[in-house]
Amino acid sequence: MIAEIGHFALILALAVAAFQTLVPLIGAERGHGQMIASAVPATLLQLILVYVAFAALTHAYLISDFSVQNVFENSHSAKPLLYKISGVWGNHEGSMLLWVFILASFGGAVAVFGDNLPPTLKARVLAVQGAIGFAFLLFIVVASNPFARLNPVPIEGNGLNPVLQDPALAFHPPFLYAGYVGLSVAFSFAIAALIDGKVDAAWARWVRPWTLAAWMFLTIGISMGSWWAYYELGWGGWWFWDPVENASFMPWLVATALLHSAIVVEKRNALKVWTVLLSILAFSLSLLGTFLVRSGVLTSVHAFAVDPARGVFILGILCFFIGGALTLFAWRAPALKAGGFFSPISREGGLVLNNLFLCAACASVLIGTLYPLALETVTGEKISVGPPYFNLTFGPIMLPLLLLVPIGAQLSWKRADLFAALQRLWAAAALAVGLGVLVLIATERGPWLAPFGMALGAWLIFGSLADLANRIALFSAPLPTSLSRLAGLPRSSLGMTSAHAGLGLMIIGIIAISLWKVEHIVAMKPGERADVGSYTVQFVGEAPLTGENYTGRAGRFRLFRGEREVATVVSEKREFKPAGTPTTEVGLYQTLAGDVYVVMGDRTADGARVVRLYFNPLVSLIWLGALIMFLGGALSLTDRRYRVGAPKRKLTAAGVPAE
Amino acid sequence: MTRKQKRLSVILGGLAILGLAAGLVLYALRDSIVFFYTPSEISEKNLQPGTRLRLGGLVEEGSISKAGGTTVSFVVTDTIKTLNVSYTGQLPDLFREGQGVVAEGVLDASGVFIADTVLAKHDENYMPKDVADKLKEKGVWQEGKGAGP
Repeated sequence: MIAEIGHFALILALAVAAFQTLVPLIGAERGHGQMIASAVPATLLQLILVYVAFAALTHAYLISDFSVQNVFENSHSAKPLLYKISGVWGNHEGSMLLWVFILASFGGAVAVFGDNLPPTLKARVLAVQGAIGFAFLLFIVVASNPFARLNPVPIEGNGLNPVLQDPALAFHPPFLYAGYVGLSVAFSFAIAALIDGKVDAAWARWVRPWTLAAWMFLTIGISMGSWWAYYELGWGGWWFWDPVENASFMPWLVATALLHSAIVVEKRNALKVWTVLLSILAFSLSLLGTFLVRSGVLTSVHAFAVDPARGVFILGILCFFIGGALTLFAWRAPALKAGGFFSPISREGGLVLNNLFLCAACASVLIGTLYPLALETVTGEKISVGPPYFNLTFGPIMLPLLLLVPIGAQLSWKRADLFAALQRLWAAAALAVGLGVLVLIATERGPWLAPFGMALGAWLIFGSLADLANRIALFSAPLPTSLSRLAGLPRSSLGMTSAHAGLGLMIIGIIAISLWKVEHIVAMKPGERADVGSYTVQFVGEAPLTGENYTGRAGRFRLFRGEREVATVVSEKREFKPAGTPTTEVGLYQTLAGDVYVVMGDRTADGARVVRLYFNPLVSLIWLGALIMFLGGALSLTDRRYRVGAPKRKLTAAGVPAE
Repeated sequence: MTRKQKRLSVILGGLAILGLAAGLVLYALRDSIVFFYTPSEISEKNLQPGTRLRLGGLVEEGSISKAGGTTVSFVVTDTIKTLNVSYTGQLPDLFREGQGVVAEGVLDASGVFIADTVLAKHDENYMPKDVADKLKEKGVWQEGKGAGP
């Protein structure tokens, strides 16, 4: 019964979404007040209906209602509670429902928090949100109904893919989708602005917080995914340039570009057409990601169902929205008035450069991701484009951008003095070069990238700190003055400082694990020892293991540093009920300086275990950096000028602090 | 600088970056892609030793031998031709005889495939669809026995 209510709510939501699309659009065109005003209740009604459907499916999972086919296929009564809940989106139908759930939430948030928007703009934004919701609801209702019933009712379910039964992965999809789908708001604003024919600073100020929120979710979602891949897959790596990873990374790159270009629109009323285009592209890449992952074009852990009809359906949605948006853009963009002009060496110039590099980097990832698909379609030849390609393209494109980040942050709007900007950074540069030289000496003739990469990371961190120190006149003014200045700094500028410093930390982590990882594969019998990095690992022995829904063997390993025992880690081989699917759990000992990573493998002929040992130096910095970037975004988001209901302040061009 | 010159400099800068990116992409696509072959295709193509490639097929029944230590050798077949593979390291959890496998590595001079990466079919993370397609083409596809999704 509850499943039928959910199904019915979905169909009603589809109808409401159609209303939400058409009526406000027509109303805005004709200036009909009531039709314009209907956008908000329609959005909220759609939200409620989608929530009802989502709750119904969650309920079916919680009570293990195996008469619902989706629950039968993807759940099991012995599964821990957390994974019963995450099972809701651990499959194709449920994950599409989650997609729509988040889309409706963002639509509702615009409806509720968008009081200061001009009514016609708001109506159009909500209408575009409605159109996206309509397309995906139609897809769910027609091609992937999560509420289909089974008769006769099975006694037990098939269970969730064991590698998905993991806390990080339980929350990875909601965060990632919140990022993907959050970009729909910027998209809707861009479409509404194109219809309106007006983009101004106010528009940018409304768009930016939504983009920022989506960007934060994407950052966390992607890093959770990579964290999961790191400790669950047992390959010792954290990023594989897998097409599915790329599918989430491309929207992130463009969203990052959009965040920066929206600042230029907001502060200088320039780059308007470009920013609108980026808003369209960012969400288009989200749709492309959804298509790649959900259509079964790529086979991976994310491709739950390989059903060509579904792929074609999503492709249709993709073509309609991307094609439609770009057509509208081509038609209406010339009507947007160009804004203020600026010298190439200026804050705006720096941000343009940032955008160019980010888009070029995104294009290189896009080509690497789609080229194998295109080649296979055209010639039938199968190739794989792996890390070597991305290291060769993405890396060199990002390097100059990273070098320029601290400098760009020092430039003033409109026309800047490059020399003065560099002067403010001499201390940061000296520290970074110093670190590079130290690394060079310590690693002797290691790869040249090591000292360079470490210096680059340090340059980003110290450059951000130098910027902060400058701004609060640290050392040059008395400490209390500096502190009160710090308290008075706009949050968005603190946010930028943290995000850039977080990026620096991440670079250091990436370079360290890429170049200094120690890998050691040995056959070990109980009692034997092996060295990895500065640690010695002793295989203690193994014991049988029983978990809530699995059985297996647990291997214990003692870790020594010199003669001092520092920890014991356990690596497990598990076999999950009901199908006996095997997985391996990594034994992980984490410190900031580096992780010891132990994977117990198969038995050899003479009774030993093949054990893979890694020492991954500084690898935690990757996720720590991502977390700091996320927090930087959060700081920025709480900036006064975005605060709901805050009086609109007139910013004087001269007094605007560089940020 | 006049307005026009400024605009021009921005556009030229943009073109330079795009040109750099395009150059890198073309270079990398020529040098760093890896082709995917079945044992039959490898014997047809007469590949040079040392060529990096991906090999796909089924692990032949009874062919896995763990010589001791951490090196494993097995035979990959597409039911028409076979190829000996040697791999040092840990096999994926779902590596089984009779199941699909993808190995990446190089052919050595004696015709043995020295793999540095082995992915198993139903290694649900990165299931080798390539294998399935190729095997379907050859008509020897059978749905995996594992009951995973």
